[in-house]
Amino acid sequence: MLFVLLRLLPGDPANALLGVGATEQQIAAARAQVGSDQPLYVQFVGFIGNLARLDLGTSFVSRASVLGEIGNRMVVTLPLTFFGFLVALALAIPLGIIAAVRSDKWYGAAISVVSQLGIAIPVFWLGILLVTLFSINLRWLPSGGFPLKGWANFGEAITGMILPSLTIGLVMGASLLRYVRAATLDVLGSDFLRTARALGASFPEALIRHGVRNGAVPVISILGIELASTFLGAVVIERVFSLPGLGSMLLLAIQQRDYPNVQGVLFISTLLVLLIGFAADIIQRLIDPRLRGRGRALA
Amino acid sequence: MTTKTLLLAALLAGVALPASVLAQDFNPDASIRIGSLYEPQNLDNTAGAGQGINEAFNGNVYEALFQLTDAGSVEPKLVESYEASEDGLTYTFTLKDGVTFHSGDPLTAADVKYSIERVTSEASKSSRKRSLSTITGIETPDDKTVVITLSARSISLPYNLSYVWIVNDAATDITATEDGTGPYSLSEWRRGSALALERNDSYWGEAPTNAEVVYTYFTDATALNNALLTNAVDVITSVQSPDSLAQFAGNPAFTVTEGASTTKELLAYNDRVAPFDNVKVRKALARATDKARLLNSIWGDYGTLIGSFVPPTDPWYVDLTGVDAYDVESAKALLAEAGYPDGFEFTLDTPDYDPHPIVAQFLQSEYAKIGVKVNINIITANEWYTKIYQEKNFEATLQEHVNHRDIVFYGNPDFYWGYNNPDVVKLVADAESAGSEAEQVEKLTEANKIIAEDAAGNWLYLYPQIVVSAANVTGYPINGLNSQFFAYDIQKSE
Repeated sequence: MLFVLLRLLPGDPANALLGVGATEQQIAAARAQVGSDQPLYVQFVGFIGNLARLDLGTSFVSRASVLGEIGNRMVVTLPLTFFGFLVALALAIPLGIIAAVRSDKWYGAAISVVSQLGIAIPVFWLGILLVTLFSINLRWLPSGGFPLKGWANFGEAITGMILPSLTIGLVMGASLLRYVRAATLDVLGSDFLRTARALGASFPEALIRHGVRNGAVPVISILGIELASTFLGAVVIERVFSLPGLGSMLLLAIQQRDYPNVQGVLFISTLLVLLIGFAADIIQRLIDPRLRGRGRALA
Repeated sequence: MTTKTLLLAALLAGVALPASVLAQDFNPDASIRIGSLYEPQNLDNTAGAGQGINEAFNGNVYEALFQLTDAGSVEPKLVESYEASEDGLTYTFTLKDGVTFHSGDPLTAADVKYSIERVTSEASKSSRKRSLSTITGIETPDDKTVVITLSARSISLPYNLSYVWIVNDAATDITATEDGTGPYSLSEWRRGSALALERNDSYWGEAPTNAEVVYTYFTDATALNNALLTNAVDVITSVQSPDSLAQFAGNPAFTVTEGASTTKELLAYNDRVAPFDNVKVRKALARATDKARLLNSIWGDYGTLIGSFVPPTDPWYVDLTGVDAYDVESAKALLAEAGYPDGFEFTLDTPDYDPHPIVAQFLQSEYAKIGVKVNINIITANEWYTKIYQEKNFEATLQEHVNHRDIVFYGNPDFYWGYNNPDVVKLVADAESAGSEAEQVEKLTEANKIIAEDAAGNWLYLYPQIVVSAANVTGYPINGLNSQFFAYDIQKSE
């Protein structure tokens, strides 16, 4: 479906290779080179054939191997997603629990209100705000970019990751916080926690030993979804921070109708999202013996 | 800004730069960091690499037989001497001695033949291919001599050859590597991010005044400006709006220079279709356009008004801003004469990037005053190329044309805008086969005046070309930057 949708876009991948002044013959040669002069079904058969051999092909425009280029971009996008995720967790879990446990206190309510605000802010806008504050005004952190030598220049690479990770983490953390809070409230009102306390556990002890584990199950399934959407949301953030990741590769490829690159990025992204969902499932089962039992019963 | 003040600014900049260099020592091992919006797609300018590769590689990594200098003149580069036969159909070039490629191979006539044929070959995506189509043969009688034969005289041959990179004929995979003769070689390239050039210590000519040049690429103009503001780059080659300029102008930490630009904002009509096949309609629209107000609303005090497709730096420039000057009443009268007393309606295909959408809205409100209704249709750059350039399926469109000397497009009736005036076709052809530059200039000046009188297009304004640098960086080029950015004279003081 993706294949057809892409080709329904007006334009031609050959155009990215040509400029004003190109002759008719040059246009025809460029279209033959990228195959856009072929009927759609011929293009589709070629595409499926390559995919079956796990060959993502070479870019129409750069002539580089799609898989190789995705690898180059992954070294930016994966750490960015990971750090963003860490920030979100570090923010959402403690604050979410506090917001639930202390929902009767002013700061519990304040956390809830601020998290609502966080959800409402577009991620690119937050990125621009952070750049203005930390790069332009305070001069603490770079406004964007990734070092030419990549992670070999570790200091520069990691400082370049701070602001974009923070941006992703704040926005993602805000929505995650609400789930953590809801899950904690559920746990607080549960029978098992009351029983634990009745058996002599202090409130924090009961919460940590029984509450967190129970609350984690719904939160982890949300985490899986959030992690996947962070990964895809990197498109916007990479542009704001001029990071050479998968997102910027995808964006450029769409502009240029560079089909092999578009298909390659989407194929790998889908694969990753499925893997994350799978991993979240497994972790849930590890935490909750009831789910394991169900799995076995089904099997 | 008028032409006079523009030239004055360029002159002042030219005088001021060496003076400030004398005053302070520069670091010969400095790394110059250039911020750009034009990332090359690959490293081969005949394989559709885009504008960015010329900015990074022309004159820096690859050299040509001739070089177009920052001042706009064509000068020998890899040729020691050359001569044209009496009939102008045979050119004999003698190559410079002692030139080697980065791989260590010496430059030979065979490399030159190979390089020219790369541009004229079947697979070439080069936009220079058409202009070199008069070449019928390339002979290499010895290692230092190249003889080019032409089917018709071509006064622009040296100029056109200045765009032909001389590449080692033994080089492989030059979409991802290079083997040129220039003062820099490629040291690193990270797609989507940056490209680094390092000084070539065995360069045949004068050594660069810096050790390394790093081009960092941005997709977002604000991110580019931020990089300069935060000292992540030293120079930015294209400022996109006057608002962003405000952060640099008047700040002693930065130098703002306005050079001579060749980028024209054009309202192109499809001259094949009604009502744009009617010269009175085209002239009426020209007169209904307050270009001064348009330029001011987009660029403030920057930029230049033009009366035709020719920028002031082309040798055949004449001031034609007086032709069809802004006059709404006479525009209405002309429309009535043309048979459209109540105006008409047309679709304006507008590329989706700045400044075209704003220009389209401006024109919409201008033309409403003479009863002409403009329907704005936003399209992508890619779509533009298919719909407008190839299929010529449009009524009117906006486009920026970046090259110099591109008035010759009006001599091609098959070009996308379909302007067909036999006098202009002949003048453009005669200019190319002229026996002298003076004759070429005379013919093209004449053609220039005719297209203006015919209102062949509506030439809205010339973009300003603004380079901003950190104050401790000097010696960079400021003119004609669409096709090159020579880095070898850039100096950075600590």
